[in-house]
Amino acid sequence: MSNQQMSGGEALVKALEHEGVDVMFGLPGGAILPVYDPIIESSIRHVLVRHEQGAGHMAEGYAHATGRPGVAMVTSGPAATNMVTPLCDAFLDSVPMVCITGQVPYAAIGTDAFQECDTTGITMAVTKHNFLVSDAQDIPRIVHEAFHIATTGRPGPVLIDIPKDIVDPSNPRSAMTWYETTDADMELPGYHPVTEGDPELIREAAEMIRDAERPVLYVGGGVLKARAAEALMELAEMLQIPVVTTLMARGAFPDRHELCLGMPGMHGNYTAVTAIQKSDLLVSLGARFDDRVTGKLDGFAPDAKIIHVDIDPAELGKVRQYNVGIQGDCRRVIEALIVATRELGGMEVHTDRNAWRSTVSGWQENFPLVYEQSAPGEKLKPQYVIEELRDHNPADTIVCSGVGQHQMYASQWWKFDHPYTFINSGGLGTMGFSIPAAIGAKAGMPDRRVWAIDGDGCFQMTAQELVTSTVEEIPIKVALLNNSYLGMVRQWQEMFYDKRYSEVHLSDRVPDYVKWAESMGCEAIRVESPEEVAPAIARANEINDRSVVVEFRTDAAENVFPMVAAGKTNSEIQVHPSQQGQLS
Amino acid sequence: MNADTQSQRWHTIVTTVENKPGVLARVAGLFSRRGYNIHSLAVAPTDDERLSRITFTVDVEGSSLDQVVKQLNKLINVVEIRELDPADSVERELILVTVSAGAAHRHELLQVIDDWRAFVLSENAQQIMLSLSARPARLDEFEECLRPFGIAELQRTGRVALPLLD
Repeated sequence: MSNQQMSGGEALVKALEHEGVDVMFGLPGGAILPVYDPIIESSIRHVLVRHEQGAGHMAEGYAHATGRPGVAMVTSGPAATNMVTPLCDAFLDSVPMVCITGQVPYAAIGTDAFQECDTTGITMAVTKHNFLVSDAQDIPRIVHEAFHIATTGRPGPVLIDIPKDIVDPSNPRSAMTWYETTDADMELPGYHPVTEGDPELIREAAEMIRDAERPVLYVGGGVLKARAAEALMELAEMLQIPVVTTLMARGAFPDRHELCLGMPGMHGNYTAVTAIQKSDLLVSLGARFDDRVTGKLDGFAPDAKIIHVDIDPAELGKVRQYNVGIQGDCRRVIEALIVATRELGGMEVHTDRNAWRSTVSGWQENFPLVYEQSAPGEKLKPQYVIEELRDHNPADTIVCSGVGQHQMYASQWWKFDHPYTFINSGGLGTMGFSIPAAIGAKAGMPDRRVWAIDGDGCFQMTAQELVTSTVEEIPIKVALLNNSYLGMVRQWQEMFYDKRYSEVHLSDRVPDYVKWAESMGCEAIRVESPEEVAPAIARANEINDRSVVVEFRTDAAENVFPMVAAGKTNSEIQVHPSQQGQLS
Repeated sequence: MNADTQSQRWHTIVTTVENKPGVLARVAGLFSRRGYNIHSLAVAPTDDERLSRITFTVDVEGSSLDQVVKQLNKLINVVEIRELDPADSVERELILVTVSAGAAHRHELLQVIDDWRAFVLSENAQQIMLSLSARPARLDEFEECLRPFGIAELQRTGRVALPLLD
């Protein structure tokens, strides 16, 4: 109903409902109090977190899993600064997210008032855009603009900072007349994302693919953001070109598909890394030539021509110069590439690539991912735990990981056969991401099984959100790979700092993860030997009324292989020690 | 530094932005965040009060001007960006300068002022304050002419620019 008189706070909640928000994550405080009052009557489910950072990562997990923008709401000052990490995480991984922060009353801004901070100033560098609302009447329009900016073009986080007086019904400045906002009401003269690729460039790209002898499809997170997995499948199967999926794109193309080579990069598998390295044409779809993928840049894929497709024109040529750069939405460009390929005469006119395919198969045969199983009485191998998790869960299970060795093991050893089943912090590398992200994913996809694969360093950063999962009845499962170390840092110290271990040993004694998990309302299981792994997973999967933490005591000496050391080229990839003799 | 090398190293970028609080901070912050150095900057509203124009001179030695422009374009409040080639545009900058003008050299200074068609804005027995608007390179030369007299205080604006008419 239009022309209804209300307060800015009511208008804000109504505007969120109008945008289709069903769940939001937050924690109230002084400056945002007036907005929490109308939340009581709202259709939106509010999930009360234990730390604002958790709200942000939950919103991200929700967005990753559902494709809809995640929403977080917190108060001013320290709550807003606690939100900086998730905002930056969402910014680097292009996650659509809208964050609302309270602010001190407009007249108090700049006076160092209680819980005042310059939220828009602080978050300018970590948001796609932010707003400081100065007039209650603007609220419906700004909320609509925020969702539009967050979800279109290259998605990203948008923050709306709202001074208390304009949402507080006891203040005359909060009076406003409600109106419903449509795209036509937006005032964004500088924002016009381009989604259609240039047909001439697409034709040129199709010609380059036609003539390539050793092409690779280098698939990044942009394919998932564009909901382009189906189109990618059609393109890859038509072209019969091998596919690598980056950390942000795991599941965009099924790992079990014969054309899938897995993950490239610092801990990518040998075939994915080497196929890129030896290729004569890289077709980059929604990827950004991140340093963790390219290794030393001037030695990256030295013979490859580059077709670079990205919705963000600033990515084109930012890192690696392209031969054809196409600005556009990955799904639309892939569909147009399929049409262009047919128009050029289909596959009959393509260069014969049998030799390339057999070279790639040879690498796959000689350099699969490997690890050595633990001997009886030794600690668990983390890879084994992931394999067992993979084999005892449905293929559409959503896996959320933290950051470190366990993240790489999860990406390497799980088989991601469905899009939107691997959620992790790629760009920022935020330890502690997995538990809140898993809760957000489960809140958005309540019918799906959600496993957080976490390390003990990460767990200790955000575990308190398991209280949120208990109280809010959002049950997740946590596979805690506890090796008592900051494992990835330990690996670097072993390999590059002469085994001088500095501040990486956490503790073998404390915390007691079982007691801790139980105290938060979770079922808790400790697993120390290989034969206990599968039964523990089975038991965890039977429990659906509360969260489960399974602590796996894993081998701290285990390292992630393959590895391309920092500053080295991808040609200098180190395979597992047992395979080193096979390198020619 | 002569005008030629200057034009290669420093590019003039004219941006039209929404005339809203904080927009200058967004634009200026982007430069530092992405590792670019602003050489000079001028900002003022345009004839359309909803818009402002920010004219930058950017040091792009060793980095890509293309990236600066693309990153600027990503800012939601930036409406339009134009790169101006010095060959196809006019650039102006204003200088305000206070010069020592004691009796011994006053006459000589007045001659310089006359030659350069600078304006006298204020004067007393010891000093003269001048203004001059010209191409930035000309202002460099003007500064050099004044330096022997003794410059007490000097302020230059950032440059503003518009494309030449066809």
